[in-house]
Amino acid sequence: MTADTESIRAKIKEFILKQFLPGEDPNALTESTPLITTGILDSLATLKLITYLEEEFNIRVEAHEADAENLNTLADIARFVSSKLE
Amino acid sequence: MALHRYFIEAASRYPGNVAIREPSGASITYRDLDELTDRMRDRLVRIGVAPGDRVGVYLHKSIDSVASILGILKCGAAYVPVDPMAPPSRNAYIFKDCSVRTIVTEVSLAPALGRELNEQGADAPLLALQGDGGGGSLRAWLAQEDALAPAPPARTVESRPDDLAYILYTSGSTGRPKGVMLSHRNAQRFVDWCSDTFKPLPQDRFSSHAPFHFDLSILDIYVPLKHGATLVLIPEDIGKEPLALAGLIASEKLTVWYSTPSILSLLTQYGKMESYGYSSLRLVLFAGEVFPIVHLRALKERLPHPRYFNLYGPTETNVCTFYELPPAVGHDRTEPYPIGIVCSHYRGLIVAAGTNEVEKGMEGELLIQGDGVMQGYWNLPEQNERVFLDLGERGRCYRTGDLVVEQLDGNLKFIGRRDRMVKKRGYRVELGEIEACLYRHPNVREAAVVALPDEREGIKVIAHIATRNQERISLIELKQFCSHHLPLYFIPDLFQFHPMLPKTSTDKIDYQRLQTQAKAPPGGQL
Repeated sequence: MTADTESIRAKIKEFILKQFLPGEDPNALTESTPLITTGILDSLATLKLITYLEEEFNIRVEAHEADAENLNTLADIARFVSSKLE
Repeated sequence: MALHRYFIEAASRYPGNVAIREPSGASITYRDLDELTDRMRDRLVRIGVAPGDRVGVYLHKSIDSVASILGILKCGAAYVPVDPMAPPSRNAYIFKDCSVRTIVTEVSLAPALGRELNEQGADAPLLALQGDGGGGSLRAWLAQEDALAPAPPARTVESRPDDLAYILYTSGSTGRPKGVMLSHRNAQRFVDWCSDTFKPLPQDRFSSHAPFHFDLSILDIYVPLKHGATLVLIPEDIGKEPLALAGLIASEKLTVWYSTPSILSLLTQYGKMESYGYSSLRLVLFAGEVFPIVHLRALKERLPHPRYFNLYGPTETNVCTFYELPPAVGHDRTEPYPIGIVCSHYRGLIVAAGTNEVEKGMEGELLIQGDGVMQGYWNLPEQNERVFLDLGERGRCYRTGDLVVEQLDGNLKFIGRRDRMVKKRGYRVELGEIEACLYRHPNVREAAVVALPDEREGIKVIAHIATRNQERISLIELKQFCSHHLPLYFIPDLFQFHPMLPKTSTDKIDYQRLQTQAKAPPGGQL
């Protein structure tokens, strides 16, 4: 069974807030907030996010997929994870 | 002899060797690169570039950017490379500061830079290349310019040893980057030391991982191009992705790797290196910051056969001490390795209380003397006054600002800094430059930035802030704000908010208290 995109997004949002934005108002992190291109996630944080996605959703992220195109916003990440689960 | 003479001589000895490769598959031989850089020289001279001028380089890494750099040197001018990922306002400031004659850039980067230059009142013409690199972008641009007005053949300038070869801008404590001026002699002494120490061969394949505005690029570019070896360019995006990088080092059969420890740490943790073979790799060189021992041990266990060197030195001297690591990292070792002994083209002194040399085993500031030491900072006479120390008969020394101890075995151990400069991911970051940016935010009343050592990440940068309205600012908003003014690697790892920052008895911000507070868990956040 695959989780729907909405619940995937909620899980990822919770992870990012807890790990990288402690104390942040959850409403400030919208699904279109750019994360990588503005330095909210630096390269190390992005790698931690990928490790989390691989473990939490049991997917494999290939080298060429680990970029801002797939991971720059919550919406992008949720879409990317959903496509892996299809 | 001019720095570019090394390349020209290698091109006549090894014309058919591949000089530069891009991972996309594009490559260029020494013969073709010599010819392309001659054409770039001719065009720049036609535009009016003369010996002694500065020329900006605002390009992503490619065969075209290396060819542009060599073309600039062949004119007798100095190149000023900037970070293509940094905010255009910062790059425009740099180009204005050293009044470049012209700037080689890309069509995609030119409009934003042009606007910033206008706003800052600078007017250097932009030469904008279009295309995907591989040498084709520069060739196409040259052909287009030739069609409009041919550039007659110019001569390659045999720059004198004291002429400037390049200016590298590093973080400045006043909030503005400062330009480190390096001459042909400075660069050549360093390149020659690399030749003696690492014995490069024409069959070698060198990594070029560092961006060109970073001093590691001097080894990356000029050592292989002196010896007929191949320079393998690693684009900025792949350079940050350990998964892609681990595969590339293997598939490109790199023989010499040089980078900051940060990326090597990421490779061991996230690169899945066990999937590849690295039998070609004979040298692993790292510089720029302390290598956390836990990741260094993991790397050496994964790749036991290459020789490993810890290279140390500020941009002002390039590498000035080095240390070859023993074959295995002991399991009980927790302390980072020393920075080693002073390179043969330098003399080092350890002093305390002014100019008194300390006894062996005592802590002091490392001073460096020799032909590799920079000429000074561009247009900053007061800073030059401060960093150079005249020891009379013993000559002029550069004050590194680094505190070291000479161990019993003669190796130098790095203790820390005299000032507020730190290395983050191998880059020099003046904490004052981050503070200057934070103070530009309309809701920031007080800001103080401190750095703490971190066993896994090397260092963590923490910004302490007191706001005008006493409410915390959204971290997302703050990070976005910083990204508009600073390179991304400057952005603090943590932000802590305070009603007001602690003060000393003289009413200055109490950095020591902040440093200790930051060691406590971040429960004190508003």
